Amino acid sequence: MVEPVLLWRRLVGAQIRSQFQYRVSFVLDLAGNFLISFVDFLAVLVIFHNVHRLGTWNVREVAFLYAFSSISFALTDLVIGHLDQFPQKIRDGTFDILLVRPRSTLFQVIGSDFQMRRLGKAIQGAIVLAYVIGSLHVQWDAGRIAMFVVMVPAAIVIFSSVWVVAGCLAFWTTDGGEFANAFTYGGNFLAQYPIDILSVWLRRFLAYIVPLAFVCYFPALYILDKRDTLGLPRFVDFLSPVVALVAAGVAGVTWQFAVRHYRSAGG
Amino acid sequence: MIEVEQLSKRFVVRRGRVRRDRQVIEAVKEISFRVERGELLGYLGPNGAGKSTTIKMLTGILVPSSGRVSVAGLDPSRRRIELARKIGAMFGQRVQLWWDLPLEDSFDLLRHIYKVPPDRYRTSLARFREVLDLDPFLQTPVRQLSLGQRIRGELTAAMLHGPELLFLDEPTIGLDVVAKQRVRDFLIEINRDEGVTVLLTTHDLGDIERLCNRLLVIDHGSLIWDGQISDLKERYGAERTLIVDLEEPAPPLELDGARVERVDGPRQWLRFRGSAAELTARVAAATRLVDLQIAEPDIEEIVRRIYSQGS
Repeated sequence: MVEPVLLWRRLVGAQIRSQFQYRVSFVLDLAGNFLISFVDFLAVLVIFHNVHRLGTWNVREVAFLYAFSSISFALTDLVIGHLDQFPQKIRDGTFDILLVRPRSTLFQVIGSDFQMRRLGKAIQGAIVLAYVIGSLHVQWDAGRIAMFVVMVPAAIVIFSSVWVVAGCLAFWTTDGGEFANAFTYGGNFLAQYPIDILSVWLRRFLAYIVPLAFVCYFPALYILDKRDTLGLPRFVDFLSPVVALVAAGVAGVTWQFAVRHYRSAGG
Repeated sequence: MIEVEQLSKRFVVRRGRVRRDRQVIEAVKEISFRVERGELLGYLGPNGAGKSTTIKMLTGILVPSSGRVSVAGLDPSRRRIELARKIGAMFGQRVQLWWDLPLEDSFDLLRHIYKVPPDRYRTSLARFREVLDLDPFLQTPVRQLSLGQRIRGELTAAMLHGPELLFLDEPTIGLDVVAKQRVRDFLIEINRDEGVTVLLTTHDLGDIERLCNRLLVIDHGSLIWDGQISDLKERYGAERTLIVDLEEPAPPLELDGARVERVDGPRQWLRFRGSAAELTARVAAATRLVDLQIAEPDIEEIVRRIYSQGS
């Protein structure tokens, strides 16, 4: 288990070193990424300029949700965001090169890039979180602190799994980029707002099928001591880590299935 | 080293956007061949003949539709990862090095991907640096390398983990004469000194002539030739050309067993089969001969003939 992690660090470390070689360009990219994500947050503020509540959520609670979703999304983007370039690998045949190396293909795709500039959005999310958390009056007991710690890693795993499954489409269409974007950027959008504002069917879809409600919504319910609107039992609020593991399993199996299809149908 | 029996690969292609007609294309049709350890052989065929599909099945990228393959004692499609440690592959057009990193960083990453022990890595890298003269650009990012430099880098990358078998797809495409020669010398050397088995596909017949003893030719998915290059010449290109310089311009010579292909002043080109000595004697008897040379059949022409007859 340790060896692949070390190898991943090595692969990513080499990418980071090369990005630092162009310091000015890197700093501009990072700053651009940081600033552009404020526009996202501006949208939240604009909504609350016109209404006082979204369902049972006030502006501070939505900002909390937003911040968590942004951090998780940005870190996912950092680790596997280049998955959206991988249809290109299939089209130009460089995916074959990964198949003649003695490593899992998913591992190699994940380790093939690491865009540090994507940290810009995570920094922005962290600033929003720091700004809003004091005014939320959360009772920080052991359970809530534990949830706070586990929430982001679980969210990253869930986001990643959804992206991998959506990315697998490229094995059939060799150009599923836009469809996959609906799940990546669309997923981020859905995770930023309380699902209360959505129709019941969409809420169910996010809770039971594409588990984006577990990215931030359910953990936030627990931390902020709120009730969900689907009438699910309270223990569901704690399920994110479990959902993350299941999602990762489903993603792994889907990937294997897709690669098997590619290897029998040819690129 | 390689055993292939009745190997086939069929693809389902869908045509049309609305009515999706299914059409089965047989890219490789029941081919069989064996390659012994230490061979250096060429795999030749026009575009779309099934070369790449065969190589992909041998390297474990594609799963065969039917037939049996064994490479280095393993079934490639089932034991892809194990096989990957024993083989090296270079696909001339596709970059396997890290585009933005210095060449040496790519090698270092590959060392870890293949888990090559540090001391073995050092020895083999030192050797490739010398043979392929890598030192001038070892610290240069790959995207800044010339094609020739990059190919030398790619060859090193394919060989660093000490494979027993090397697959090369168009290794010299686009290279200038000097770079081509360097790549060829390198392949001859690793084949001779380390006994690495080499299978290369190419459109460059110079590669075939200078490197390979044995040639496989595939067309329309079927193997249409498997044998020595000398046999190929005998069978498909038995006609040689005797170029004679006469003392003065003359009408085309009329001789048994030879026909004049071209006349240019005192020089005549005679196509013939059989003994060059006999024909020379006959020319000398018929007219005054100043000088002569013999041209061997051009492999390019031979291959053209195989393609036109074989299909």
